[in-house]
Amino acid sequence: MSWAGPDDVLFSTSLASYLDKKLLVLLRDGRKLMGILRSFDQFANVVLQDACDRVIVGELYCDIPLGLYVIRGENVVLIGELDLDKEELPPNMTRVSEAEIKRAQKAERDATDLKGSMRKRMEFLDFD
Amino acid sequence: MLFFSYFKDLVGREVTVELKNDLAIRGTLHSVDQYLNIKLENTRVVDQDKYPHMLSVRNCFIRGSVVRYVQLPPEGVDIELLHDATRREARGG
Repeated sequence: MSWAGPDDVLFSTSLASYLDKKLLVLLRDGRKLMGILRSFDQFANVVLQDACDRVIVGELYCDIPLGLYVIRGENVVLIGELDLDKEELPPNMTRVSEAEIKRAQKAERDATDLKGSMRKRMEFLDFD
Repeated sequence: MLFFSYFKDLVGREVTVELKNDLAIRGTLHSVDQYLNIKLENTRVVDQDKYPHMLSVRNCFIRGSVVRYVQLPPEGVDIELLHDATRREARGG
């Protein structure tokens, strides 16, 4: 493999143009990690400095700091360059503490679990 | 190699990439590589309300392995050309 020159990088699919920039990495399990890209390879394995997990529940959000992360490429869905001039999130969203977002997450999970179990219990009714 | 070359010809066009997690992103095709990884510019998410975290993403890299569909502009598809290229590739040339 040959090294791409500085101009080639801009026109290639290489992640080199994202180096040292703040990125949003979407993972296959739905997690959203943010951090500064410090290294990568052809599998899209990436190293994120000052990584944090952005948890969003309804209109609440929280950035949970994680430190230095090495992400295995197969888990990467999308790597987005964050436009630092733009609002990162819609204005109606509020930042809350880690404890609060965990509580909101649990409430949301419980609600979906309940919905699932209700449906299961009602199955014998056969709505069709 | 056929689809790699094909996508390379589409660089600069507006495409919609639908991912296996149902996220659909529209943007200008910036580049493609051998794995069919895709880079898009001036992106916007089709269902923005559902994905608030994507609001400030303007350029992105999409891993080829997570792509379900790429929706192309009709004028970007030359069936005759594809047909010929397919036969040529099948013959091993």
